[in-house]
Amino acid sequence: MMTWQPSASLKMLKARAQLLASIRLFFAERQVLEVETPLLAHTTASDIHIQSWRGVNSFGSNTQTKYLQTSPEFAMKRLLCSGSGSIYQICKAFRVEENSRCHNPEFTMLEWYRLDFSLADLMQEVTQLVCQMTNQAAIPRYTYREVFQNYLDIDPHTISTDALEQMTRDHIELVGGEFQRNDFLQLLLSEVIEPHTRGSWFIYDYPEPQAALAQIAQDDLGASVARRFELFCNGMEIANGYQELADPVEQQRRFELDLAYREKHQLEVYPLDERLLAALKTGLPPCAGVALGVDRLLMLVTGATGIDQVLNFTTDIA
Amino acid sequence: MATFSTNEFKSGLKALVEGDPCSIMENEVVKPGKGQAFNRVKWRNLKTGRVLERTYKSGESVEAADVMEMDMEYLYTDGEFWHFMKTDDSYEQLAADEAAITDAKNWLKEQDIYTVILWNDAPISVTPPNFVELEVAETDPGLKGDTAQGGTKPATLTSGAVVKVPLFVNIGDVLRVDTRTNEYQNRVTK
Repeated sequence: MMTWQPSASLKMLKARAQLLASIRLFFAERQVLEVETPLLAHTTASDIHIQSWRGVNSFGSNTQTKYLQTSPEFAMKRLLCSGSGSIYQICKAFRVEENSRCHNPEFTMLEWYRLDFSLADLMQEVTQLVCQMTNQAAIPRYTYREVFQNYLDIDPHTISTDALEQMTRDHIELVGGEFQRNDFLQLLLSEVIEPHTRGSWFIYDYPEPQAALAQIAQDDLGASVARRFELFCNGMEIANGYQELADPVEQQRRFELDLAYREKHQLEVYPLDERLLAALKTGLPPCAGVALGVDRLLMLVTGATGIDQVLNFTTDIA
Repeated sequence: MATFSTNEFKSGLKALVEGDPCSIMENEVVKPGKGQAFNRVKWRNLKTGRVLERTYKSGESVEAADVMEMDMEYLYTDGEFWHFMKTDDSYEQLAADEAAITDAKNWLKEQDIYTVILWNDAPISVTPPNFVELEVAETDPGLKGDTAQGGTKPATLTSGAVVKVPLFVNIGDVLRVDTRTNEYQNRVTK
């Protein structure tokens, strides 16, 4: 017999509707403008660890290739450059990845940008939103360095890659080779440190190679860090925020690095987003932005243990 | 040689880990929003039963293990090997060594059917049925008047297993025993 029923209960569908209404109210109260941007576009995120769904339309003699967006970031930045002011969006995002307890290839993302916000200001606003939805009182913040110092007694910015590799292999049985410095840091964080943590916490000031689209700055101890934060709740990544990179030259350099890596490793090479670069040349106003996983937030709100419980149809039954 | 990539990992998949055939018990994908994805895998070593945890970069692959499970009839032992016969009318016989027979050794009864795991066509593990019926070879005499009371005593079965039995059980009784827990169930014949 063909299963056609949703994987989420009716109670869960109502909880989702309630959560979406609360989010919209939260931003209405702060005069942040709701926007919609295209889900289908001529190019997509170049991030080497994120793969995009590709749609090819060969109607008639005209073949078109478009990509489903992995986040609405590029289009929203073009709106910011055009003078939109602070904006938010609740949309679907798509990534080629495996199903897991908290992953589905199609998911709901809340992304917002705040003009003239510092990274700390934005962490404060994320705290307000998440605490309001989940009835928490406060969320502690730690720098990336503090986290590693507290749990492993190392400085993640200065430790040698050899020592880092040794420490990782002491804790985790790794198979295969070609591990990079970032892999060791990430494994220590997710496999060794996170299991010891409970509740919610922010990590900010990431190592420079994990900057993605965040600004780089010097921290108090002179290390070059990415002005980026992540919010973790109950071991799940809930939100990822940046002091947004506005420099079009640096942006183009990072795109080209990603695309070169993609070419070398037989990953799909996407067109360079010239429209975003042109917008940045006009000028991105100083801002901080964050993407937050709405399905995971709903898991926190309702106590669901798997993402399938909060989605009416997961991709494997869609 | 066939291989499996991490995106094919799932419970029950059988592959070689450090040269030994293993089966996946749990596969968890660790995927941060930014950064490399990993698979955290719990394997059961099919030869030793030991559990091992290994972490793979997504995209890595492992070598498939030619492992299969089949029902086989126990025939006899020559002291060094334990001989089993396929139940598919081929009458083909295979010999299991001490390492493969381990846990099943004290539960063997000729002509009974056992689950045998084969790796490259050689037995690596033998599992007895959940319940077996075996005769008592040795036990202290039952005490009159104590029947159906709470007391127990050890009894050695013809296969070598020692189980706790009620006091009324005598030598020559055939008992039904749970091989997973070593527990006496009931007397089959008097």
